[in-house]
Amino acid sequence: MALLQAQKISKHFGGLTAVSDLDLMIEQGMIASLIGPNGAGKTTFFNMVSGLYKPTSGRLLFEDKEIGGLRPNRVTIQGIGRTFQNIRLFANMTALENVLVGLNCRLKAGWAGALLRPPTVREEEVKARARAQELLTYVGLGGQGETLAKNLPYGLQRRLEIARALATDPKLLLLDEPTAGMNPQETVDAMALIKRLRDELGITILLIEHDMKVVMGISERITVLDYGAKIAEGTPDQVRADPKVIEAYLGKGVVTGLKGTKNASALLGKQAAAGTGR
Amino acid sequence: MRQIWQSITAPWRALPARQRTIITGGIAILLLLVFPAVDKSMKWQTLNDVTDVLVLVILALGLNIVVGYAGLLDLGYAAFFAIGAYTTGILTWPPHGLEFNFWIVIWAAVIVAALCGIVIGTPTLRLRGDYLAIVTLAFGEIVPIVMRNLGNQTLSIGPWRLMENFNLTNGVQGLNPVGRPWIGSFEFGFDPTPWYYLILLIAAFVIFANVRLQDSRLGRAWMALREDETAADCMGVDPIKTKLLAFALGASFSGFSGAFYAAKLQAIFPELFKFNLSIMILCMVILGGMGNIKGVVIGGMLIQLFDRVLLTQTTLIARGVGQTLHIAQLATVDLSLWRWFFFGLAMVIIMVLKPEGLFPSAARRAELHAAEESKTAETIG
Amino acid sequence: MTQSELFIQLLINGVTLGSYLALIALGYTMVYGIIELINFAHGDVYMLGFMISLTFLGFLGVRGTLGGWQLWVVIFGVMLVTMLCTGLINMTIDRIAYKPLRRAPRLAPLITAVGMSFMLENLGMIWKGPSQILYPDIFPAFDIPNGLFGLNTMVLFTTKDVFLMGVTIPLMVVLTLFIRRTKMGKAMRATAQDREAAALMGINVENVIRTTFFIGGALAGAAGMMVGLYLNTGRYLMGFDAGLLAFTSAVLGGIGNVTGAMLGGYVIGFLNAISDQYLSPEWTRAIVFTTLILVLVFKPSGLLGERTPEKS
Repeated sequence: MALLQAQKISKHFGGLTAVSDLDLMIEQGMIASLIGPNGAGKTTFFNMVSGLYKPTSGRLLFEDKEIGGLRPNRVTIQGIGRTFQNIRLFANMTALENVLVGLNCRLKAGWAGALLRPPTVREEEVKARARAQELLTYVGLGGQGETLAKNLPYGLQRRLEIARALATDPKLLLLDEPTAGMNPQETVDAMALIKRLRDELGITILLIEHDMKVVMGISERITVLDYGAKIAEGTPDQVRADPKVIEAYLGKGVVTGLKGTKNASALLGKQAAAGTGR
Repeated sequence: MRQIWQSITAPWRALPARQRTIITGGIAILLLLVFPAVDKSMKWQTLNDVTDVLVLVILALGLNIVVGYAGLLDLGYAAFFAIGAYTTGILTWPPHGLEFNFWIVIWAAVIVAALCGIVIGTPTLRLRGDYLAIVTLAFGEIVPIVMRNLGNQTLSIGPWRLMENFNLTNGVQGLNPVGRPWIGSFEFGFDPTPWYYLILLIAAFVIFANVRLQDSRLGRAWMALREDETAADCMGVDPIKTKLLAFALGASFSGFSGAFYAAKLQAIFPELFKFNLSIMILCMVILGGMGNIKGVVIGGMLIQLFDRVLLTQTTLIARGVGQTLHIAQLATVDLSLWRWFFFGLAMVIIMVLKPEGLFPSAARRAELHAAEESKTAETIG
Repeated sequence: MTQSELFIQLLINGVTLGSYLALIALGYTMVYGIIELINFAHGDVYMLGFMISLTFLGFLGVRGTLGGWQLWVVIFGVMLVTMLCTGLINMTIDRIAYKPLRRAPRLAPLITAVGMSFMLENLGMIWKGPSQILYPDIFPAFDIPNGLFGLNTMVLFTTKDVFLMGVTIPLMVVLTLFIRRTKMGKAMRATAQDREAAALMGINVENVIRTTFFIGGALAGAAGMMVGLYLNTGRYLMGFDAGLLAFTSAVLGGIGNVTGAMLGGYVIGFLNAISDQYLSPEWTRAIVFTTLILVLVFKPSGLLGERTPEKS
């Protein structure tokens, strides 16, 4: 079953076309990747799905319901969570509070509840804190609940962002470069975490990633964008062998210089080796 | 010197933070409770002024929800105070023939103020924060104008007569008298003592509300919006609804205190609610530290102390010095003319040098000083 | 007054008011365009322009109406000095209250802006007193339709109106040319587009900001003097009032857009004239502010603005 479906979706900024007529389908339960050179329109696509941008044209269906043009918080409530390329935590709130904000949309207490604190609200609050703690532990931040988000080391900040997104109870999780800036060990750990999210929690994952090890290592399906259009799609092996992909990444001259697709694909493959080897 | 001081205070500092809070809080409450008796026996006759100060502190606490928690700059906060006061006045002024019971009217005042907050906030809260500032400023200007104009107003556009001798607010003279509250057979009259205790009770309630709101689902949502609106939106926090709630709650607190103020003063007129009042309240919030209850209370009292006592006293001293030294400018100086200069200066100095306020809460201090760091971190990341 | 005369009169009133509003609005819009800050103190710089020019005229001992070369030398001499002063004042405001907060949360410079505005207003009051101030009636008021063309009409249109337009409009043209044609103008446009990118391209952004504040302040100072010459009266609170109107103009025209600010100034000018005439002056301010709110609701990007004031 298709969880997310983009149908001929486009986004223009003035004269600039960031995404054009993109068709994309994310099946329930898969780990999918969106790759492409810088400026290919990956983050623009994410921003359309999460509601930060309104698509210029085309349809965006989540569980067969149109979500194109919904406000971000409505999209989140539908069941799409996300992280950001350049971490956007609530820097001066504690890790626990960050996660609690993610839980916010699943809680009910209003202003009157906050003032009067009837038993239902108390109970909700206790449960929320327990749940937040549970999520922190799940991503490996169990002991860091009271640390201010900005004081966490970089790798843990990325994990906290995932915990915060998990708190919104997503069916689909959009991860924008989840391993960017991480050292090799952190990257391996992050990949393991992403796999667990899908295997244990059943969350469908769509990620943007530049690190080919990660992409080839955990994705079941890869979509390649270039200049806002889809140029290839398929399993890691299919994509790796696709001449158009190599051309997009390395440029035409390089491809011919490397005498065709074979060598160049080997180049992509080498990058991926560490990831697949796990 | 410092060592002696430290050895004296050591046992105190050894106490757990919670106990210290309880002890200081207890002493503060005790002092406030016995203050009227002290005032009477010492013949200070300051009780009335102190009650007014408390009203302003309550206003500052209400504004703290808007500015401190939600990070929305409201420059027309006094407008909601005016709306609360006028709602009370209009519904209880004898010539209108309404004379509703005060305890009903006060809720009407709260509702009207909250509704006005929603009407002003809905269109502007989806825009950037600066626009809210300017719209609230404009609103703060409009309200006194409307109050002044709605006394005996005849308004016509061409042949249409929209209003004829319409008198809602009694124009510049204002409304006098305003209905007083009763408890059983006891009427709040000219004796300031019952008013003092009533206002104290309200202050306690507003502080309680501040504490509870801060530590709640809503308070976290406000904080998140203040930190990063886009991220909060993507985490399912509805920015407009949440901000509107802060704005409307702030407005209703203002309306609430407006109602009491009107009843206490027994007369209201447009001049009471000028733009400057909004700025003074804002200044009280900023001086102590935005988003920090203790800071706002102490900062508010300091500003009032400065405004009511220090300025006049310093003027007298300066004049005395001027006379002895034969400096004509100094001998005739009136520092109270400079009060807005000092308020403006305080706002600039605090924001530039100590943005967390004089009595900061730990988190806010971290935030404002770390803005620079996190910016650089962002560009690197 | 006949209907057509009334209409012409409204037009004239609208254009004169609009002219100086536009001049003040430019300062708001330019600063906003570059550092995205509402410079609340800007209206008070305009007020100081009024007072500074008044003081210089006092130094020169000018009291009554002047004529011939004296008139032009005095007016333009004083205006130049006033503009220099207010330009420097505006730059100083930036240096003290905004520059240290360039990277601070958005709320901080807004608050200092309000603080600055109050300080200047208070200074104006201490300096020239709290009541209405008279400004010497230097410029001869010569009734043009009657005196020049011999028309028997109630429409009041004097040489003062011509003078006001004759000074403000060229100033705006010069500014537009400056922004479009000069190197500094190009740097300003680049900085407005993207401050970081401009800095990376080797533009001295702080220098651009200083220049912007200087120009904005100078224009406000000119407006202050023009209003003095035109109305012959003013008060320390005039900056607050005009500031709000001018800011509304800037928003109406599209904040950050220089042409828009001028257009907005004229539209608000007309709106004022119409409301004064058909409703009543007491309600004019309420009408203008309601307009501001309506613009923000229905067309937040303004008449000519590309950028929406929505959070990015």
